[in-house]
Amino acid sequence: MPKTIIEKVWDNHVVYEEEGKPDLLYIDLHLLHEVTSPQAFEGVRLAGRKLRRPDLHYATMDHNVPTKNLPTIQDPIARKQIETLQANCEEFGVELADMGHKNQGIVHIIGPELGLTQPGKTIVCGDSHTSTHGAFGAIAFGIGTSEVEHVMSTQTLWQARPKTMEIRVEGELGYGVEAKDIILAIIAKFGIDVGTGHIIEFTGDAIRNLTMEERMTVCNMSIEAGAKAGLISPDETTINYLRGRERVPQGEAFEEAAKQWLALATDEGATYDTTLTIHADEIEPIVTWGTNPSMGAGISSNVPKASDYTSTSDQEALKKALAYMDLEEGQPLTSIDIQHVFIGSCTNARISDLRTAAKVVEGRKVADGVRALIVPGSQQVKQQAEEEGLDKIFTDAGFEWRESGCSMCLAMNDDVVPAGERCASTSNRNFEGRQGAGSRTHLVSPAMAAAAAVAGHFVDVRDMMKEVQA
Amino acid sequence: MKPINIVESVITPLDRKNVDTDQIISKEFLKRIERTGFGQYLFYHWRFDENGNKRDDFVMNDPRFDDSRILVAHDNFGCGSSREHAPWSIQDYGFDVVIAPSFADIFHNNCFKNGILPIELPVEQVEELLEKGLADGTYSVKVDLENEQITGEDGVVYSFDIDPYNKKMLLNGWDEISITFQYEDYIQAYEEKNQA
Repeated sequence: MPKTIIEKVWDNHVVYEEEGKPDLLYIDLHLLHEVTSPQAFEGVRLAGRKLRRPDLHYATMDHNVPTKNLPTIQDPIARKQIETLQANCEEFGVELADMGHKNQGIVHIIGPELGLTQPGKTIVCGDSHTSTHGAFGAIAFGIGTSEVEHVMSTQTLWQARPKTMEIRVEGELGYGVEAKDIILAIIAKFGIDVGTGHIIEFTGDAIRNLTMEERMTVCNMSIEAGAKAGLISPDETTINYLRGRERVPQGEAFEEAAKQWLALATDEGATYDTTLTIHADEIEPIVTWGTNPSMGAGISSNVPKASDYTSTSDQEALKKALAYMDLEEGQPLTSIDIQHVFIGSCTNARISDLRTAAKVVEGRKVADGVRALIVPGSQQVKQQAEEEGLDKIFTDAGFEWRESGCSMCLAMNDDVVPAGERCASTSNRNFEGRQGAGSRTHLVSPAMAAAAAVAGHFVDVRDMMKEVQA
Repeated sequence: MKPINIVESVITPLDRKNVDTDQIISKEFLKRIERTGFGQYLFYHWRFDENGNKRDDFVMNDPRFDDSRILVAHDNFGCGSSREHAPWSIQDYGFDVVIAPSFADIFHNNCFKNGILPIELPVEQVEELLEKGLADGTYSVKVDLENEQITGEDGVVYSFDIDPYNKKMLLNGWDEISITFQYEDYIQAYEEKNQA
């Protein structure tokens, strides 16, 4: 019987199954960072246990780390958390890409970069954006700290088999429309909880034509659609990205592995519990106007009106969101002024994101009154960008060029948006206070963030780029 | 983990949908390396204004709900970040049960690991509970996990379903890792077969 990649990878990892119980699933790779691991290590220590397979764990520092003036951490509580991860990795024998290490970066950026992320693996991390790794055809999902401890102790997790969902993105993306716009459009169209209880496979021509980095952006925000995980069947694009990376098999062994990886792709004729379709040509660059990622619309449209909704609870949600965001019903999205721009995060801080933003910024200046930050996703991305001279383009335009980390995506470090101010952000969440208490976040693609930095308000980046071509 | 079966208290009606874990516990409180003491930070920016004063318009600041152990909210409760600090703060504040029409997966899972009972009820029933909870006075219910039933003070009975595995874990307060160690042979065999 034809199977989806979701079923194939799941079945390959079942250690034990019994009616009335979740499956006991083997975990191939556990990624760790400083924020959600200390209590798990402490649990292992208090129980007098050790890590079953320390070789299948890889740690880095990302959430808390400062992005300037390394390695000084002013905040004593944050510093303690960082020191705790260092000590725990030492004690339990976990490899750590520490601050200042060449491999340090956002955990979901460095996994793929190093080739730790591979098709067919089960990958977990105490972070919901673990879904990013699904771009390679892995089943990758975020877990809580109790489950982190469970993986540390047993290398397994009890997991109920999720339902399967296909989201087809048909057709071809228009000029200036990015992977970020695909996933924001999907969430806006189908809702913030459409994927609850499911693993989503993204399919269709528009997905096939994406690069690996773009696929990561799409899978990254599967969690914003409520999905347990999101993935894409591996193909030649996947194989070409992985070949030669540090942690993949080399030479003949790689080609052998590649054959097995490609065989994981969903079989012709396999069926899903649910299939949804969206057409790429209906997607334009998106800006979110509200306080969850489904509250977004194309740049040519307006902030919705209460009368656009039929249910009172949706109308209430709109009013609450607009009150927080200080926006008017029916206001054009292009009329929204911004004071901050953040290009970074596990969603959009890879080299291709920085190249796209640099193309928009080159020869232009950041608007007066706008503070704009570029936070590369990893030390490797930073180095590559500097080799290409992108840092120069950004700093010439008035951007700040920073060290790698999660930074202003969740503002655990010093990179904070002040209360009442607005940020065009390439990150993944626009929840109340996400970028600082009282801050207002608008999610956009890197090109749209760059264009907003230049204009001082949201603009259609396609218009801005046309001016150049003309 | 503390076992849970019968919980009887006033309900706290939080009439919001898509309550995300960033609201439940804000990032500035995630730097601590302990597992306890997060209750004081629960819904911090909804409970307190920028000067640290209680906001009168937030339901949890109403003294009627001070001794509540049951939180009732709208759809998709606990969406967003996987931070287990969210259920830690809910429990530490004093809630043992959360009732909603639906929960986000990771939050839902995290509840069971901490002895919190998340109950899904049809949206009409949740709306009814919210309405009763928001009316003058208070509305008390008795949650009975063993019998999968909620009985209101007015005698109205709501039945719920819960996955049998999670039910057993909660009723017994079992530590999942100790249980998994009983499957050691299977894990070993898997590793040998797959050369993991």
